Amino acid sequence: MDLTRRDALALGASTFALTLLPFRASAAADDAIATFTGGAATSDGGVSLTTPEIAENGNTVPVSVDAPGAVAIAIFAAGNPTPEVVTAKFGPLAGSQALSTRIRLAGTQDVVAVAQMADGSFAKASNTVKVTIGGCGG
Amino acid sequence: MAKGVKPRVKVPKSAAAGETVTIKTLISHKMESGQRKDSDGNLIPRSIINRFHVTFNGQEVIDVTIEPAVSTNPYFEFEAVVPEAGEFAFTWYDDDGSVYETSNAVAIA
Repeated sequence: MDLTRRDALALGASTFALTLLPFRASAAADDAIATFTGGAATSDGGVSLTTPEIAENGNTVPVSVDAPGAVAIAIFAAGNPTPEVVTAKFGPLAGSQALSTRIRLAGTQDVVAVAQMADGSFAKASNTVKVTIGGCGG
Repeated sequence: MAKGVKPRVKVPKSAAAGETVTIKTLISHKMESGQRKDSDGNLIPRSIINRFHVTFNGQEVIDVTIEPAVSTNPYFEFEAVVPEAGEFAFTWYDDDGSVYETSNAVAIA
Protein backbone atom coordinates (compact mmCIF):
# COMPACT_ATOMS: atom_id res chain seq x y z
CA MET A 1 0.00 0.00 0.00
CA ASP A 2 1.26 3.42 -0.98
CA LEU A 3 1.14 5.81 1.90
CA THR A 4 0.63 9.31 0.54
CA ARG A 5 1.45 12.39 2.50
CA ARG A 6 -2.29 12.99 2.99
CA ASP A 7 -2.83 9.47 4.38
CA ALA A 8 0.09 9.83 6.73
CA LEU A 9 -1.29 13.11 8.09
CA ALA A 10 -4.77 11.67 8.54
CA LEU A 11 -3.36 8.63 10.32
CA GLY A 12 -1.28 10.81 12.59
CA ALA A 13 -4.22 13.04 13.46
CA SER A 14 -6.53 10.12 14.28
CA THR A 15 -3.89 8.44 16.47
CA PHE A 16 -3.41 11.72 18.30
CA ALA A 17 -7.16 12.04 18.83
CA LEU A 18 -7.32 8.47 20.14
CA THR A 19 -4.58 9.02 22.70
CA LEU A 20 -6.30 12.17 23.94
CA LEU A 21 -9.70 10.55 24.12
CA PRO A 22 -9.39 8.47 27.32
CA PHE A 23 -8.57 11.51 29.44
CA ARG A 24 -11.36 13.60 27.97
CA ALA A 25 -14.16 11.06 27.87
CA SER A 26 -16.43 11.57 30.83
CA ALA A 27 -19.36 9.45 29.66
CA ALA A 28 -18.10 6.55 31.78
CA ALA A 29 -17.84 8.85 34.79
CA ASP A 30 -21.36 10.17 34.20
CA ASP A 31 -22.61 6.59 34.04
CA ALA A 32 -20.80 5.72 37.26
CA ILE A 33 -22.26 8.77 39.03
CA ALA A 34 -25.73 7.93 37.73
CA THR A 35 -25.33 4.40 39.13
CA PHE A 36 -24.51 5.87 42.54
CA THR A 37 -27.33 8.45 42.53
CA GLY A 38 -29.85 6.20 40.82
CA GLY A 39 -30.25 8.86 38.13
CA ALA A 40 -31.28 11.60 40.57
CA ALA A 41 -30.15 15.16 39.92
CA THR A 42 -27.18 16.47 41.88
CA SER A 43 -26.98 19.98 43.26
CA ASP A 44 -23.87 22.01 43.95
CA GLY A 45 -22.88 22.97 47.47
CA GLY A 46 -22.86 21.04 50.71
CA VAL A 47 -19.79 19.05 49.78
CA SER A 48 -16.25 20.30 50.13
CA LEU A 49 -13.59 18.46 48.18
CA THR A 50 -9.93 19.21 48.85
CA THR A 51 -7.40 18.20 46.22
CA PRO A 52 -3.98 19.53 45.25
CA GLU A 53 -3.99 21.85 42.23
CA ILE A 54 -0.98 20.08 40.76
CA ALA A 55 -0.03 16.50 41.60
CA GLU A 56 3.51 15.61 40.63
CA ASN A 57 2.92 11.90 41.00
CA GLY A 58 -0.40 10.48 39.87
CA ASN A 59 0.17 7.35 41.93
CA THR A 60 -0.62 9.02 45.25
CA VAL A 61 -2.81 12.08 45.15
CA PRO A 62 -4.16 13.08 48.57
CA VAL A 63 -7.86 13.93 48.50
CA SER A 64 -10.26 14.71 51.30
CA VAL A 65 -13.97 15.20 51.17
CA ASP A 66 -16.30 16.61 53.81
CA ALA A 67 -20.08 16.58 53.52
CA PRO A 68 -21.90 17.43 56.77
CA GLY A 69 -25.15 15.49 57.03
CA ALA A 70 -24.31 12.93 54.37
CA VAL A 71 -25.01 9.22 54.74
CA ALA A 72 -22.65 8.19 51.96
CA ILE A 73 -19.94 9.80 49.86
CA ALA A 74 -18.49 8.54 46.58
CA ILE A 75 -15.40 9.84 44.82
CA PHE A 76 -14.99 9.53 41.05
CA ALA A 77 -12.00 10.23 38.80
CA ALA A 78 -13.51 11.22 35.47
CA GLY A 79 -10.42 10.41 33.39
CA ASN A 80 -9.41 7.05 34.88
CA PRO A 81 -9.98 3.73 33.06
CA THR A 82 -12.49 2.92 35.82
CA PRO A 83 -14.00 6.13 37.21
CA GLU A 84 -15.05 4.77 40.60
CA VAL A 85 -12.54 5.43 43.38
CA VAL A 86 -14.12 4.92 46.78
CA THR A 87 -17.61 4.81 48.25
CA ALA A 88 -17.91 5.43 51.98
CA LYS A 89 -21.03 4.77 54.04
CA PHE A 90 -21.19 6.44 57.43
CA GLY A 91 -22.63 4.64 60.43
CA PRO A 92 -24.23 6.08 63.59
CA LEU A 93 -20.85 6.46 65.32
CA ALA A 94 -19.15 8.43 62.55
CA GLY A 95 -17.86 11.64 64.16
CA SER A 96 -18.15 13.63 60.95
CA GLN A 97 -19.06 12.81 57.38
CA ALA A 98 -15.51 13.26 56.15
CA LEU A 99 -12.83 11.02 54.72
CA SER A 100 -9.25 11.52 53.59
CA THR A 101 -7.38 9.07 51.42
CA ARG A 102 -4.83 8.82 48.60
CA ILE A 103 -5.84 7.95 45.07
CA ARG A 104 -4.37 7.21 41.65
CA LEU A 105 -5.02 9.51 38.70
CA ALA A 106 -4.17 8.49 35.13
CA GLY A 107 -3.64 12.08 33.99
CA THR A 108 -4.90 15.64 34.31
CA GLN A 109 -8.63 15.36 34.94
CA ASP A 110 -11.60 16.24 37.11
CA VAL A 111 -12.12 14.59 40.48
CA VAL A 112 -15.78 14.49 41.48
CA ALA A 113 -17.24 13.88 44.93
CA VAL A 114 -20.93 13.04 45.24
CA ALA A 115 -22.65 12.90 48.62
CA GLN A 116 -25.96 11.29 49.41
CA MET A 117 -27.69 13.41 52.05
CA ALA A 118 -29.89 12.07 54.82
CA ASP A 119 -33.03 13.36 53.03
CA GLY A 120 -32.15 11.38 49.90
CA SER A 121 -30.88 14.30 47.82
CA PHE A 122 -27.44 14.34 46.22
CA ALA A 123 -24.79 17.03 46.23
CA LYS A 124 -21.69 17.25 44.11
CA ALA A 125 -18.32 18.98 44.10
CA SER A 126 -15.66 18.81 41.42
CA ASN A 127 -12.01 19.88 41.20
CA THR A 128 -9.50 19.71 38.36
CA VAL A 129 -6.15 18.18 39.25
CA LYS A 130 -3.13 18.61 36.98
CA VAL A 131 -1.05 15.45 36.96
CA THR A 132 2.59 15.55 35.87
CA ILE A 133 3.21 11.78 35.82
CA GLY A 134 0.17 9.52 35.42
CA GLY A 135 -0.46 6.71 37.86
CA CYS A 136 -1.73 3.84 35.77
CA GLY A 137 1.47 2.06 34.82
CA GLY A 138 1.39 0.49 31.39
CA MET B 1 -2.77 -13.90 50.68
CA ALA B 2 -0.68 -11.02 49.48
CA LYS B 3 2.74 -10.83 51.04
CA GLY B 4 3.73 -8.44 53.80
CA VAL B 5 0.30 -7.07 54.62
CA LYS B 6 0.52 -5.14 57.86
CA PRO B 7 -2.29 -2.95 59.18
CA ARG B 8 -1.42 0.13 61.22
CA VAL B 9 -3.95 2.29 63.00
CA LYS B 10 -3.64 5.40 65.11
CA VAL B 11 -6.35 5.78 67.75
CA PRO B 12 -6.17 7.82 70.97
CA LYS B 13 -5.77 5.63 74.06
CA SER B 14 -8.42 7.53 75.96
CA ALA B 15 -11.20 9.99 75.24
CA ALA B 16 -13.99 11.80 77.06
CA ALA B 17 -17.41 10.14 76.76
CA GLY B 18 -19.10 11.41 73.61
CA GLU B 19 -15.89 12.91 72.27
CA THR B 20 -15.12 12.87 68.54
CA VAL B 21 -11.72 11.40 67.81
CA THR B 22 -9.68 11.32 64.60
CA ILE B 23 -8.56 7.89 63.43
CA LYS B 24 -5.82 7.28 60.88
CA THR B 25 -5.34 3.90 59.28
CA LEU B 26 -2.81 2.51 56.84
CA ILE B 27 -2.37 -1.02 55.56
CA SER B 28 0.64 -2.08 53.54
CA HIS B 29 -0.66 -3.67 50.35
CA LYS B 30 0.55 -3.37 46.77
CA MET B 31 -2.97 -2.72 45.40
CA GLU B 32 -2.25 -4.12 41.94
CA SER B 33 -4.75 -2.26 39.77
CA GLY B 34 -5.11 -4.77 36.93
CA GLN B 35 -4.09 -2.05 34.44
CA ARG B 36 -0.33 -2.55 34.52
CA LYS B 37 1.64 -4.83 32.23
CA ASP B 38 4.76 -6.82 33.00
CA SER B 39 7.92 -6.74 30.86
CA ASP B 40 6.41 -9.29 28.44
CA GLY B 41 3.32 -7.18 27.84
CA ASN B 42 0.98 -9.41 29.83
CA LEU B 43 -1.56 -7.78 32.11
CA ILE B 44 -0.75 -8.22 35.79
CA PRO B 45 -3.99 -9.48 37.38
CA ARG B 46 -5.86 -7.22 39.76
CA SER B 47 -5.16 -7.80 43.44
CA ILE B 48 -6.51 -5.15 45.78
CA ILE B 49 -8.25 -4.66 49.08
CA ASN B 50 -11.86 -4.06 48.10
CA ARG B 51 -13.52 -3.17 51.40
CA PHE B 52 -12.61 -1.50 54.68
CA HIS B 53 -14.99 -1.63 57.62
CA VAL B 54 -14.80 -0.05 61.07
CA THR B 55 -17.03 -0.72 64.06
CA PHE B 56 -16.98 0.38 67.69
CA ASN B 57 -18.43 -2.16 70.15
CA GLY B 58 -20.31 -3.66 67.21
CA GLN B 59 -21.81 -0.36 66.05
CA GLU B 60 -20.93 0.83 62.61
CA VAL B 61 -18.56 3.76 62.12
CA ILE B 62 -17.66 3.66 58.43
CA ASP B 63 -17.82 1.19 55.57
CA VAL B 64 -15.64 1.98 52.55
CA THR B 65 -15.85 0.26 49.16
CA ILE B 66 -12.44 0.46 47.51
CA GLU B 67 -11.74 0.39 43.77
CA PRO B 68 -8.37 -0.07 42.02
CA ALA B 69 -7.93 3.73 41.86
CA VAL B 70 -6.89 3.81 45.52
CA SER B 71 -3.13 4.10 45.97
CA THR B 72 -0.67 1.47 47.15
CA ASN B 73 -0.78 1.14 50.95
CA PRO B 74 -4.35 2.45 51.30
CA TYR B 75 -4.61 5.25 53.83
CA PHE B 76 -7.82 6.47 55.40
CA GLU B 77 -8.44 9.24 57.88
CA PHE B 78 -11.87 9.83 59.41
CA GLU B 79 -13.58 10.76 62.67
CA ALA B 80 -15.58 8.67 65.11
CA VAL B 81 -17.61 9.31 68.24
CA VAL B 82 -16.62 7.44 71.41
CA PRO B 83 -19.82 7.13 73.51
CA GLU B 84 -18.34 4.74 76.09
CA ALA B 85 -15.22 2.71 76.81
CA GLY B 86 -14.75 -0.01 74.26
CA GLU B 87 -12.91 -1.24 71.26
CA PHE B 88 -12.59 -0.17 67.64
CA ALA B 89 -12.48 -3.13 65.26
CA PHE B 90 -10.89 -2.55 61.85
CA THR B 91 -11.35 -5.08 59.04
CA TRP B 92 -9.87 -5.09 55.53
CA TYR B 93 -11.14 -7.52 52.86
CA ASP B 94 -8.70 -8.67 50.16
CA ASP B 95 -9.67 -9.70 46.61
CA ASP B 96 -8.25 -13.16 47.28
CA GLY B 97 -10.60 -13.71 50.22
CA SER B 98 -8.11 -12.88 52.97
CA VAL B 99 -9.36 -10.76 55.84
CA TYR B 100 -6.99 -8.56 57.84
CA GLU B 101 -8.14 -7.50 61.27
CA THR B 102 -6.89 -5.33 64.06
CA SER B 103 -8.52 -3.69 67.06
CA ASN B 104 -7.77 -0.85 69.46
CA ALA B 105 -9.25 -0.30 72.91
CA VAL B 106 -10.25 3.19 74.03
CA ALA B 107 -10.66 4.08 77.70
CA ILE B 108 -12.82 6.89 79.04
CA ALA B 109 -10.69 9.61 80.61
